[in-house]
Amino acid sequence: MKPLSFLFLAFCLLLPSCAPKGPDTLTVMTHDSFSASETVIQAFEQANNVKVTFLKSGDAGEALNKAILSKDAPLADIFYGVDNTFLSRALAADIYEAYASPLLANVPAEFTLDPQNRALPVDYGDVCLNYDKAWFASHNLTVPQSLEDLTKPEYKGLLVVENPATSSPGLAFLLATVKHFSEAGYLDYWRSLRLNGVVVVDGWNTAYYTNFSASSGHGPQPMVLSYASSPAAEVVYAETPLTDSPTASILASDTCFRQIEFVGILKGTQHRSLAEKFVDFMLDVQFQEDMPLQMFMYPVNPAASLPEEFVKFAPLAEQPAVLSPDMIASNRDRWVADWTETVLR
Amino acid sequence: MLRISRMKRIGLSGFYPWLGASLFLGLFFFYPLARILWLGLSSTSLSTISTSSVRLTFSVILFTLFQALLSTLLTLLLGLPAAYLFARFDFRGKSLLRLLTAIPFMLPTVVVAAGFNALLGPRGWINLGLMRLFGLESPPIVFVYTLWAILLAHVFYNTTIVVRVVGNALAHLDPRLEQAARSLGADVRRAFWRVTLPLLRPSILAASLLVFLFDFTSFGVILLLGGPRFATLEVEIYIQAVQIFNLPLASILSLIQLLCTLAFSVLYSRIITRMSVATSPRAAASNLRRARSRREKLFVGGMVALLLAFFLLPMASLPLRSVARLEPALGDRTAVRYGLTGDYYAELFVNRLGSLFYAPPFEALVNSLLYAALTVILSLALGFPVAAALARPGRLERLLDPFLMLPLGASAVTLGLGYIITFNKPLITGHWTLIASPFLVPLAHTIIALPFVIRSLQPALASIPDRLRQAAATLGASPRRAWLTVDWPIVARATLAAAIFAFTVSLGEFGATSLVYRPEYPTLPIAIYRFLSQPGGLNYGQAMAMGTILMGVSGAGILAIEKLRLPGTGEF
Repeated sequence: MKPLSFLFLAFCLLLPSCAPKGPDTLTVMTHDSFSASETVIQAFEQANNVKVTFLKSGDAGEALNKAILSKDAPLADIFYGVDNTFLSRALAADIYEAYASPLLANVPAEFTLDPQNRALPVDYGDVCLNYDKAWFASHNLTVPQSLEDLTKPEYKGLLVVENPATSSPGLAFLLATVKHFSEAGYLDYWRSLRLNGVVVVDGWNTAYYTNFSASSGHGPQPMVLSYASSPAAEVVYAETPLTDSPTASILASDTCFRQIEFVGILKGTQHRSLAEKFVDFMLDVQFQEDMPLQMFMYPVNPAASLPEEFVKFAPLAEQPAVLSPDMIASNRDRWVADWTETVLR
Repeated sequence: MLRISRMKRIGLSGFYPWLGASLFLGLFFFYPLARILWLGLSSTSLSTISTSSVRLTFSVILFTLFQALLSTLLTLLLGLPAAYLFARFDFRGKSLLRLLTAIPFMLPTVVVAAGFNALLGPRGWINLGLMRLFGLESPPIVFVYTLWAILLAHVFYNTTIVVRVVGNALAHLDPRLEQAARSLGADVRRAFWRVTLPLLRPSILAASLLVFLFDFTSFGVILLLGGPRFATLEVEIYIQAVQIFNLPLASILSLIQLLCTLAFSVLYSRIITRMSVATSPRAAASNLRRARSRREKLFVGGMVALLLAFFLLPMASLPLRSVARLEPALGDRTAVRYGLTGDYYAELFVNRLGSLFYAPPFEALVNSLLYAALTVILSLALGFPVAAALARPGRLERLLDPFLMLPLGASAVTLGLGYIITFNKPLITGHWTLIASPFLVPLAHTIIALPFVIRSLQPALASIPDRLRQAAATLGASPRRAWLTVDWPIVARATLAAAIFAFTVSLGEFGATSLVYRPEYPTLPIAIYRFLSQPGGLNYGQAMAMGTILMGVSGAGILAIEKLRLPGTGEF
């Protein structure tokens, strides 16, 4: 190959603009845990003669920061995956164009946190502690029933949680402890958790698949910070059919935190009408019914029916911890910084 | 004659070779740095300083100093005996062993982290071996995410500095000084403590300071091997910028970091200038001998074994781990077939919907190679004219030279932060924004590689004696022919070495890249970092496979530079 043609090739591979033109491409920026059935996405592509690419940009916080940093030259048309703990940051950075989707009419009012409809709710779920049923049975130990229980000596070293600075369930759990113990008391609580040997890892993947004893990683901790829906996932993904889940969630009041995830159209998109269609698609029944078994979140559209495993093994908390978005917005970074110093350093 | 030609050179025409590099450095180094300064010292960011951020800053500074000091001491602990070994004794395989200790210095941090992980990590050889041997449920050795992992990796990286700096001084020491002390009645130990060690003090100090500087600005090692519990200034800048998104605090930390490295560099160059103590230096060979007494043989044998184990094991366990299936893939509960496998390499080409990227990880390698090629082209195009001008230095050259070397002092993460702050808006309103283009990565790599390129070209270009050209001309060669036969062989060799240097630097660069890469164009180090922290045997195996490829390519690069180096040039 001639040097010049190699150079041209090099620039072409780097510059998306000289890629051959096909059908329009709609780019959806999202976090690493996004997932959807190929057939469902293909249905949208065929119906609208469009190619949908997903740009996975790190965990929820990192992906959002990337979207904010590039808002003057957006990398995508749509950003999905900001949750109620980070919503204020996205709205303050003004990265979204408002879109009042007609499908919002079906969505219960408790989920629409942005009255201007820049960020539209797609799904929700509870961040809860999961436990390894077999481990607790064989060790004759009762399952903790409150946040306070976790500091008891019999649970020393048995819990793995995620770092709130790098993981959204980690942040959610930190917020639950702030709600329960108030601003004055949560750091003391974490101090005693630390003394009781709480293990901190960077992300949910590591916590669940490496540290948790009931997962395939057969790790050392029988309690993990995960989601209320995780026990259902264990049944769905089991290689030999299971009648019962090997794990369950602790659903006692204030131990879980409710997460709501949002989607929005990024400012400066060149495909506004396609983007609107995709947002509608995400709120419509087909995607909403596919999502529970893909991302293990609950659909916000009440018309979507839940899979059987969800009904059986993924009950939601009756009294999840709730903090107002405003309170989260003005204190989040300080809470995380203080937590880091108390628990990690 | 000479004076007139000098004076002409100071005119505007003398500036032409500097034009490209100056503009480039101005736009892509000094301007982003100025923006950090501006943001860090602006009233809005100073007003956001809270008690908790002050506490955080202090604890981060303390830890950065603490781990750098401890790492430096440990590096000396291994490096000084090693320097003594190389400077005083002759043994078989010596040059090979010396090369082995030198290779880590240029290896990408992700490769070193992956290597230590493959050896001592929870899924590494030793832990999995012990678990199978004794039927344990969990890994017995906790190494990754401890302070020890950080310290050991730093020793692994920087021992070669002590070996080179102190070893060189020791090798060129006049042996008659020690002999005189002996003949005056001092025993070996006393002669060493009273004569040799004081003479070596400046070189030990210089080496320590250099090691300290590298440990102080450590990034990848802390992030990958230290885990969430440890943060140096570099890591905290990254956390504040990428995760917390507190750019003002990140800028303030960057400024502190810059001031510290500046202070250490000034201290270092002061020591260097005082280092040339007037003792009549000796050719290194005259100090060399074979081990004679039992104690000497024990020392040589022991040191060789220790160095071999310490430097070879992490580097060897990485490629071995990349072809060994030792644990189940993610979510795989059936029995595992242990043994040799090529799956991890094959998997690099597979496009899995559920994987981190919607593109096969192999594409990260392609991206990395393209970025490295662009870096080579850019840094040679900018660096060659400058190096040529520097080879025949005038006043302008002496004035501008230090500015060129400044990027060496700024950290890669700071550079990345500067790019994020500067290029997230279009330079000219209404036009495209650099942060949205994949070109930011090779631009950052060029800034980092440029000083190295210039420093390796300049001595070679300066070494071409005019007499040779004149001789060729007297013998009837045309100017073109004279250039071809005299200059070209040296120039070609130096250019090739500089190109490989830039290529290797770009291929392994992690700090700046981790801040400015575009998610759809990840580089190999980024992909390794992300796969390494993912659960399951398949992800881990792929990280090992990519680490092996990166180690192979950069290792070949380092060896080639070593081969191409002109004798006596290009030391640090």
